[in-house]
Amino acid sequence: MALLRVENVTKRFGGLEALKDVSFSLHEGQVKALIGPNGAGKTTLFNLVSGIDRPTSGHVFFRDEDLGRLTPHAASRLGVGRTFQHSKVFDDMSVLDNVKVGRYGRSHAGVFSAFLTLPRHRREEKAISEASLRALRRVGLGDRAHESAGNLPVGDRHLLEIARSLASEPTVLLLDEPAAGLNNEETAQLAEIVRRVRDDGVTILLVEHDMGFVMDISDEVVVLDYGKKIAEGPPLMIRNDEEVIKAYLGEDI
Amino acid sequence: MTFDQFLQYVFSGVTTGSIYALTALGFTLIYNATDVINFAQGEFVMLGGLTAITLHEVGAPLALAFVGAVAIVAVVGILFQLLAIRPLHSAGILAQIIVTVGASLALRTGAMLIWGREALPLPPFTGDAPIKVSEATILPQTLWVLGLTLVIVVTLQLFYRRTLTGKAVRACSVNPSAARLMGISYSKVVLLSFGMSAAISAAGGVMITPVSFMGYSSGAIIGLKGFAAAIFGGLGNPAGAVFGGLALGILETLAIGALPMSGASGYKDAVAFLILLIVLFVKPQGLFGGRSVEKV
Amino acid sequence: MAAPAFLRRHLAFLAFSIFILSAPLFTGNIYYLSILAFMATRLMITLGLNLLMGQAGQISLGHAAFAGIGAYGSAIMTTRWNMDPWLAMLLSAAFAAAIAGLIGVPTLKLKGHYLAMATLGFGEIVHILLVQLKWLTNGTDGIGGIPSLAIGSIDFGEPQMFHWLVWGVVLIMLRISLNLVDSRVGRSLRALHRAEVAAMSLGVNTSFRKVQVLMVSAVFASIAGSFYVHYVHYVSPVSYTLTFSVILVTTVVIGGLGNVWGAVWGSVLMMLLPEYLKRYNQDYTLLVFGVMLILIMIFLPGGLVSFKTLVAKMRERLGGARTASATGPGPTGGS
Repeated sequence: MALLRVENVTKRFGGLEALKDVSFSLHEGQVKALIGPNGAGKTTLFNLVSGIDRPTSGHVFFRDEDLGRLTPHAASRLGVGRTFQHSKVFDDMSVLDNVKVGRYGRSHAGVFSAFLTLPRHRREEKAISEASLRALRRVGLGDRAHESAGNLPVGDRHLLEIARSLASEPTVLLLDEPAAGLNNEETAQLAEIVRRVRDDGVTILLVEHDMGFVMDISDEVVVLDYGKKIAEGPPLMIRNDEEVIKAYLGEDI
Repeated sequence: MTFDQFLQYVFSGVTTGSIYALTALGFTLIYNATDVINFAQGEFVMLGGLTAITLHEVGAPLALAFVGAVAIVAVVGILFQLLAIRPLHSAGILAQIIVTVGASLALRTGAMLIWGREALPLPPFTGDAPIKVSEATILPQTLWVLGLTLVIVVTLQLFYRRTLTGKAVRACSVNPSAARLMGISYSKVVLLSFGMSAAISAAGGVMITPVSFMGYSSGAIIGLKGFAAAIFGGLGNPAGAVFGGLALGILETLAIGALPMSGASGYKDAVAFLILLIVLFVKPQGLFGGRSVEKV
Repeated sequence: MAAPAFLRRHLAFLAFSIFILSAPLFTGNIYYLSILAFMATRLMITLGLNLLMGQAGQISLGHAAFAGIGAYGSAIMTTRWNMDPWLAMLLSAAFAAAIAGLIGVPTLKLKGHYLAMATLGFGEIVHILLVQLKWLTNGTDGIGGIPSLAIGSIDFGEPQMFHWLVWGVVLIMLRISLNLVDSRVGRSLRALHRAEVAAMSLGVNTSFRKVQVLMVSAVFASIAGSFYVHYVHYVSPVSYTLTFSVILVTTVVIGGLGNVWGAVWGSVLMMLLPEYLKRYNQDYTLLVFGVMLILIMIFLPGGLVSFKTLVAKMRERLGGARTASATGPGPTGGS
């Protein structure tokens, strides 16, 4: 059975239909890309999958749970992690502290145990630090742990968001335009990181405009245009799909 | 309560209610443009009243004192935006709200140093011979308050709907970045909103002074009431703000009239805050729906 | 850097503790001790408010009312119902926490600063009730004859004893605030302040955490109110107004939003400044507070505690190529 199923999802904002009856599914261990021109509804779909927004009709299932009924933090604890298109790094915190927030759902200390700094709390803090450093190393930011996150360049901000999300040990990781603003070398590095994460057993759904990147790392591609799914299949097939080519108005993909 | 008593309460309620409405409208203008809750709004009302008193004292006729006070307070609003709010554009909403709290404290205390602690009067615009309606009486000033409030509200509506600038202001409140793409200067819209907001509230202050006097501390309570009114009608909704203000004014006076026990008037001010809390808890989008209170 | 960060942090706390607890050994002057006692109760409130504003990024304009609940709770329960002062303090704090929860649950779910508005309305209602419910509060005359605190034969009515008691409690509150900032909960609060959606997507139940920190701050304020009335033996409604709430916000902002020590320096300055201004004209005090609030937000958003960082930054800018030394623990550090 598929890990994540998007079933006949429609989302309206006032009169605007951002998604129209979209269905597809994501299988364990896959890297699936969601592409389409600006305004095609990709980020809207991400918001539905991560519990930030609710579908007007239709369902998003993660295993047997209806994500449309969950809050974002519940979705996160179920195993849905995500990054954001417009960087949402916690700027005034250190890189490491950013990632530590990702361990939130995997740790337990509440207000009172924090107040008293019980030994149990100290042990947990240590475990949080270690897990967070591991997550940072996975994306190659291990040596910047103690810098202020606000000082990171754009590319590293994406990586930090990935590390932060990895720290929460997601089953599915949603990446919203991770390659935006990266140069070729950085994009290649990113592809390597995404592959490694996939090899570690994390299923990946990504939104991306960089077609080279998409074709390089995706097992399957879903194409959205004006909120409708117009194609789905392996990258080679998508590349030659008439409708997709039309939607992109002959842009080279 | 007899019908005439009821009528009397309603007259009195709509008079103060109009001032709440104008204050609420002031809140709304700034909130829509910037998401900032301006805790200094009531001070604009107070400054309007006190400035008019001074202008009248130095010999300006009432009409000129009215216009002059409104213009001066509008300038204060614009300066406030330029000097205190604009530098905090990137610092976030919390910082800007804190600054409005500081401004409220500074303006109020400043006014006390200038005008003293006593509440000061202003003569009614056109005499004080009461007009009889059924068995109730109505003061000419009440008619002035109602009439001018109506004029302000209608003018504002026309401005919003008919003029290009007005449409720009509305566009910015819906989506600042989209408005920016259309070539509308967001910072000018914000500046204009502060100016208009201060002017409208100041006008309310001048109008109410002949009815209830104006002192340095009067603004605080009017501001809070206007604020409750804005939330009552739906924060960010101009029509809701006006309705909320009038409704609050009437409810306040009726509540006191209806409560049999003596000393109930001590609770008059609580009515507004009770409504404020109830609305926030039960229907935070207010009676007519606010701009955006979606739960995150 | 010889000493590791955690040692330096403990050093600051220890040095402050020793300094403040030894104060009565150097002065028996009742006037100075009373200023320090008032400073202590002020500090209890601002420590909590600092957590709410600086960590969770929410503003309360009703913290005077939470202090009022503690003050009147203790006053009424001890003078009218002859309750044990400690029990009265505890019950008042629990009541304040419950009210904070009641206000926080519906408003902190909403986007924006609805808490500011709700606490403002709540604060005004509390003030009106304190004045109007004469059978309970004795109205504007206030309640006198509130007993001193005592444990067994130790009488805390004695100024030096009270000093140790009240500052002992402050130090506990300071310590646990520092601990909280540097914990899973503290990080989640700062994260939701910076980018709420991101924090949620990382598993943080943001509205729960916001309500919780509001409740903690209400408890701190209520306890402060209780200690205050047991010290001055009298309570009246004039202390619990919107103006006082605004002064509390000012204290936190001036000291430094988001840095626990900011509450300390803010409280010190805000207690000493009025004493100083009294010599001129008391009316100027609030004007100065208001103007300071604006100026600090614009020119020194990190408050007094960030002064060093600001100077360093300016020197860096002026010095140009001089080596950019690592700046300290940053605005959120709890050093």
